[in-house]
Amino acid sequence: MADQATGVIGVSARGYRDIARMWVKAALAYPASFWMMAASQFFLTLLDFVGIWIMFHTIDSLGGFDLTEIAFLYGATAFGIGVADLLGGQVERLGELIRMGRLDGMLLKPLPLLVQVCADQFALRRVARITQALVMLGVASYWVDWTPAKVGLTLVMLVSGSVIFLSIFVVFGCVQFWTVDASEVANAFTYGGNTMTQYPLTVFPKQVVTALTYLVPLAFVNWYPSLYILDRADPYGFPEWLRYASPIAAVALVAVTAVVWRAGVRHYESTGS
Amino acid sequence: MRLIEVQELRRTFTVGRFRAKREVVAVRDVSFAIEAGEMVGYIGPNGAGKSTTIKMLTGILVPSGGRLEVAGLDPSRQRTDLARRIGVVFGQRTTLWWDLPLRDSFAVLQRIYRTSPRRHEQNLAEYVELLDLGDLLDTPVRQLSLGQRMRGDIVAALLHDPEILFLDEPTIGLDVISKGRLREFLRTLNATRGTTLMLTTHDLQDIEALCDRVIVIDHGTAVFDGALADLHREGGSTRTLVVDLVDEAPPISVPGATTRKVDGPRQWLSFPTDASAAPIVAAVAAAYDVADLSIQEPDIEDVIRELYSR
Repeated sequence: MADQATGVIGVSARGYRDIARMWVKAALAYPASFWMMAASQFFLTLLDFVGIWIMFHTIDSLGGFDLTEIAFLYGATAFGIGVADLLGGQVERLGELIRMGRLDGMLLKPLPLLVQVCADQFALRRVARITQALVMLGVASYWVDWTPAKVGLTLVMLVSGSVIFLSIFVVFGCVQFWTVDASEVANAFTYGGNTMTQYPLTVFPKQVVTALTYLVPLAFVNWYPSLYILDRADPYGFPEWLRYASPIAAVALVAVTAVVWRAGVRHYESTGS
Repeated sequence: MRLIEVQELRRTFTVGRFRAKREVVAVRDVSFAIEAGEMVGYIGPNGAGKSTTIKMLTGILVPSGGRLEVAGLDPSRQRTDLARRIGVVFGQRTTLWWDLPLRDSFAVLQRIYRTSPRRHEQNLAEYVELLDLGDLLDTPVRQLSLGQRMRGDIVAALLHDPEILFLDEPTIGLDVISKGRLREFLRTLNATRGTTLMLTTHDLQDIEALCDRVIVIDHGTAVFDGALADLHREGGSTRTLVVDLVDEAPPISVPGATTRKVDGPRQWLSFPTDASAAPIVAAVAAAYDVADLSIQEPDIEDVIRELYSR
């Protein structure tokens, strides 16, 4: 069973790499366009933070957090959505693949369907958003009192956050198996979730934080682990173990995602021809 | 050896929403078996359930009922295993990457299917030669004509040495010369490699050129399974000889044909599909002053309508 699982992962990773490499090669055929797109993405995704920074000219703290702490929260969530968008952002275009009949072609190839959908039109320029996130984290880390445990938890947070965002991309992308024109539903949770987690969750009512903890676990992308890393008490008094629970949230979400995806594929009705 | 086995295969679709929801049966309890090396035509009018059957056989659609085995596998549950053993070509859409040159698409397929590089090169060289694609390898797929793209799709479907090739309307939209070349290629493929072929088509000439056996499906049900000649006999299909006489004349009377219609100097004679046109043409030409002659092949839809109405 374990062998089988590693086999599937190996095949998937190789398949993803093969398809992605093809798209990168195609994009690099026009290098000027590639670099301009990458640069514009870098600055575009930075704009959200510029907004927060401007706000701090008139305020000293937001939800009880200062600018450096918000930069840390911002960098962490930007990294998560950046990696998820790079690896699987294409899922939001599932409806288009269905309408064009391209999903049929993917179903005829000896690779897991999800791998092919995610790797389709792989866009290396999206690395710009990840770079931007890492720069932000790097700057913000200057004000963090680092310990080995905090370094470890930061890495766990970044990996879990990426997995959580990727799962949310996929779960809500799956809605398009049932309603082909529903890509906006996914956007509300992915990009919307990203915007929410750019701020300390203390700016939201407690009910929202509860929903982001137990319903759509976006609070685990940056909020809970950052409370530990930044030595902050939880203003809402949620249990302390949640700070270390990001991997659990990620694994649980992956399990739900797998079930929903399978149901979607089996429900798939193709299009007439 | 049995390669495809289908028993009481069924597929329904739900159409409409909420109150107006209803179930449509696209494929209704279809059963057949196909042996290795056969060339089988799967024919029927539009909306008969041809594509739906092919999609179930290739693992794209999950059947609503019945039993289904292709190359010993359950298509929808063992989709990726099956994918290595079959090739599929859709006449209406491409499975190639729209923005990439054919050469790059083929290279990616070699990696995805894990075909050995040597085998890949051999196959590529052979098929590119046979289908005359050499000059087009560096052209992006979106710039290819329909016929060129179709040939590209066929090469793509064959590079991993599939045992079975499914073709859904492979000649749709192609000109006469391209159709002829394609048929020739498929015959060669079946003869030299023993590849099993199953194709859906509207074109009776595809069937005549390629298939020893036809399965006719209408309204989701298989209404005929047998040799093409038997289909014509059972369907009572006829060919039509259109005669343009120099002058108006009473209905022509020659042995082996019946005159169906007279319109001025033009007359329509029908005769059985399995009979030769030559003696009839000779008899007409001997007895009348003929200005022009032409022969109309029976329309597959007419044959099926005939078959079904009895």
